[in-house]
Amino acid sequence: MHWLGQPFKERSTLIFLGVLLTALVAVTVLHLVVPQGHPLYVSAYTVNLFGKYLSYALLAVAVDLVWGYLGILSLGHGAFFALGGYAMGMYLMRQIGERGVYGHPVLPDFMVFLNWDSLPWYWYGFDSAWIAFPMVMLAPGLLALVFGFLAFRSRVTGVYLSIITQAMTFALMLAFFRNEMGFGGNNGLTDFRDILGFDLRSDQVRLGLFLATGIALALGFVLCRAIVTSKLGRVCVAARDAEARTRFLGYRVERVQLFVFVVSAMLAGVAGALYVPQVGIINPSEFSPLFSIEIVVWVALGGRATLYGAVIGAILVNYAKTVFTGIMPDAWLFALGGLFVLVTVLLPKGIAGVLAYRVRKRGVTENDGKEATA
Amino acid sequence: MSLLQSMAQRDRVFDFLVPSESPVDVRHGPILYMEDVTVSFDGFKAINDLNLTIDDGELRCIIGPNGAGKTTMMDIITGKTRPDTGSVWFGSRHNLLTLSEPEIARLGIGRKFQKPTVFEALTVFENLELAMATDKRVLPTLMARMNGDIRDRIDEVLGMIGLEAQYRQPAGILSHGQKQWLEIGMLLMQRPRLLLVDEPVAGMTEQEMERTAELLTGLAGKQSVVVVEHDMGFVRSIARKVTVLHQGSVLAEGTMDQVQSDPKVIEVYLGESEEAA
Ligand SMILES: Nc1ncnc2c1ncn2[C@@H]1O[C@H](COP(=O)(O)OP(=O)(O)OP(=O)(O)O)[C@@H](O)[C@H]1O
Ligand SMILES: [Mg+2]
Repeated sequence: MHWLGQPFKERSTLIFLGVLLTALVAVTVLHLVVPQGHPLYVSAYTVNLFGKYLSYALLAVAVDLVWGYLGILSLGHGAFFALGGYAMGMYLMRQIGERGVYGHPVLPDFMVFLNWDSLPWYWYGFDSAWIAFPMVMLAPGLLALVFGFLAFRSRVTGVYLSIITQAMTFALMLAFFRNEMGFGGNNGLTDFRDILGFDLRSDQVRLGLFLATGIALALGFVLCRAIVTSKLGRVCVAARDAEARTRFLGYRVERVQLFVFVVSAMLAGVAGALYVPQVGIINPSEFSPLFSIEIVVWVALGGRATLYGAVIGAILVNYAKTVFTGIMPDAWLFALGGLFVLVTVLLPKGIAGVLAYRVRKRGVTENDGKEATA
Repeated sequence: MSLLQSMAQRDRVFDFLVPSESPVDVRHGPILYMEDVTVSFDGFKAINDLNLTIDDGELRCIIGPNGAGKTTMMDIITGKTRPDTGSVWFGSRHNLLTLSEPEIARLGIGRKFQKPTVFEALTVFENLELAMATDKRVLPTLMARMNGDIRDRIDEVLGMIGLEAQYRQPAGILSHGQKQWLEIGMLLMQRPRLLLVDEPVAGMTEQEMERTAELLTGLAGKQSVVVVEHDMGFVRSIARKVTVLHQGSVLAEGTMDQVQSDPKVIEVYLGESEEAA
């Protein structure tokens, strides 16, 4: 397991974890200790909002892992996020129990409404966290395994791969819109009450979910760094830049791609599962092709192939979205598009590129100083 | 995960994929044997009834005008292009036409491309590290650790290719000649039995060429080396046996002097280049 310890030897990872943990502690303190009405008080609403940003950040890390290091521009990661979200949503639905509008002991409200008399087989076991929580990773992982196996084996790459990932998420969106699928149709799954027996609407649970998301982000980040700093990570970069050459060295590029793609999909699933209890709903719009494209824009803005850039991009763009949609809801997509164009033209390496450049520049001037005094 | 693991372990079925063994059987003949090989692209026969034998430990030079099919021949040996007819054997045990590119690479055939391709974003050291002959499956690669033996082997190869001073530089900033050497170094890391080298001295200075000649002649004997090259001076300086390819088949074979005095060769190849010069 030595490869998992490798990231802790990197300065950038330590800085990232330091900043993240400080932020988690700071929000907790400002929420719990500072009295309400104080200018520094962080409300439960804001805690919840931050939790949502953090789950997006984890999703962005998952996308950067495949895009930044494998060169696979996935425009379908929203599907893995949504599947993780649906797995969690199914668990939360079954937690409602008899407290639904129709008071049925087993069937969720929408099934009673559709006059179904029994639970579809694929809903079995979702009342138990022991089954539902693993499914959060297994369902997206399995989809990625099948999809990736077919795509990478037939060496679909570049734009074509991006297009079929879009087609995949679009097809799933259409499927989940259908009532017969048994996932609540276009309303999706909602009206959740409890998670693990705790009331979802209480402030403590919201704080708990926020912290859990922060910790998941930290763990996911370390896992991804461990992969990219391992020899396998160098094989990924090699395959990204010269795929045929990598094959001639004896690496099965399609298996490397499949492995990393599945890991990434599972992380996206975890992000979706943490997102759903915080926003209180999951519906087919998470499968929309547009959402998957937005994720890529976060990563591009933050800076590709750094992982921390993806986190910065996801948080900044979503913060901007919150602010912007408050003022001019209709103009958001134009603002996002404009931002994207601006950054690709002015900062081709994203925000992380600027940070790295400043660090390097400082390093150089320090060295110059040393040489001058020597 | 267990599914992935079992997928990753399917290599075990083929014992020859375990890299440490040298499975090639050369007791009863040559290391490479190509018979009646033909390849056509849209009706055009790039390789036409080609017969070629390379002995174990031999250094063979292959010359021929542009478009003679030299690179295509290497594509066939390494599994990149499948011939329409013919057979290709590595030793007496391995039919290369039934194997995939990575399988062929793992058997011990290394190739240097005509256009140097090194991993530009990785350092010289990392390029050699990836090329090392080890377990190339996904999970072992994820958990691979650098150790003294690997470092020694990389240092040794760095010395052979003369890039000790550049080992921490990204390969992308090397000069053209240095990239060529790095690529040869990457081949050596795999301890191949057969090395295919496509135009190693293109774009090199005289001095760099001399070093490359030393490097390649030093390798022969321990491994078999096939060099494709246009530069006649270079071929003369290293060649023991030369094969002339023309329109996809062998036109002549022998020592440099023999082929250079062969009237067919003078007509199609040397004649041409003298005219051009
Ligand atoms: N994939 C392909 N599709 C169509 N034609 C091809 C293909 N690969 C090679 N050819 C043709 O086959 C012929 C032989 O090409 P090849 O690259 O093997 O020549 P070469 O001897 O290596 O030449 P050079 O000295 O220029 O490198 C050329 O006419 C080339 O255009
Ligand atoms: Mg060629």
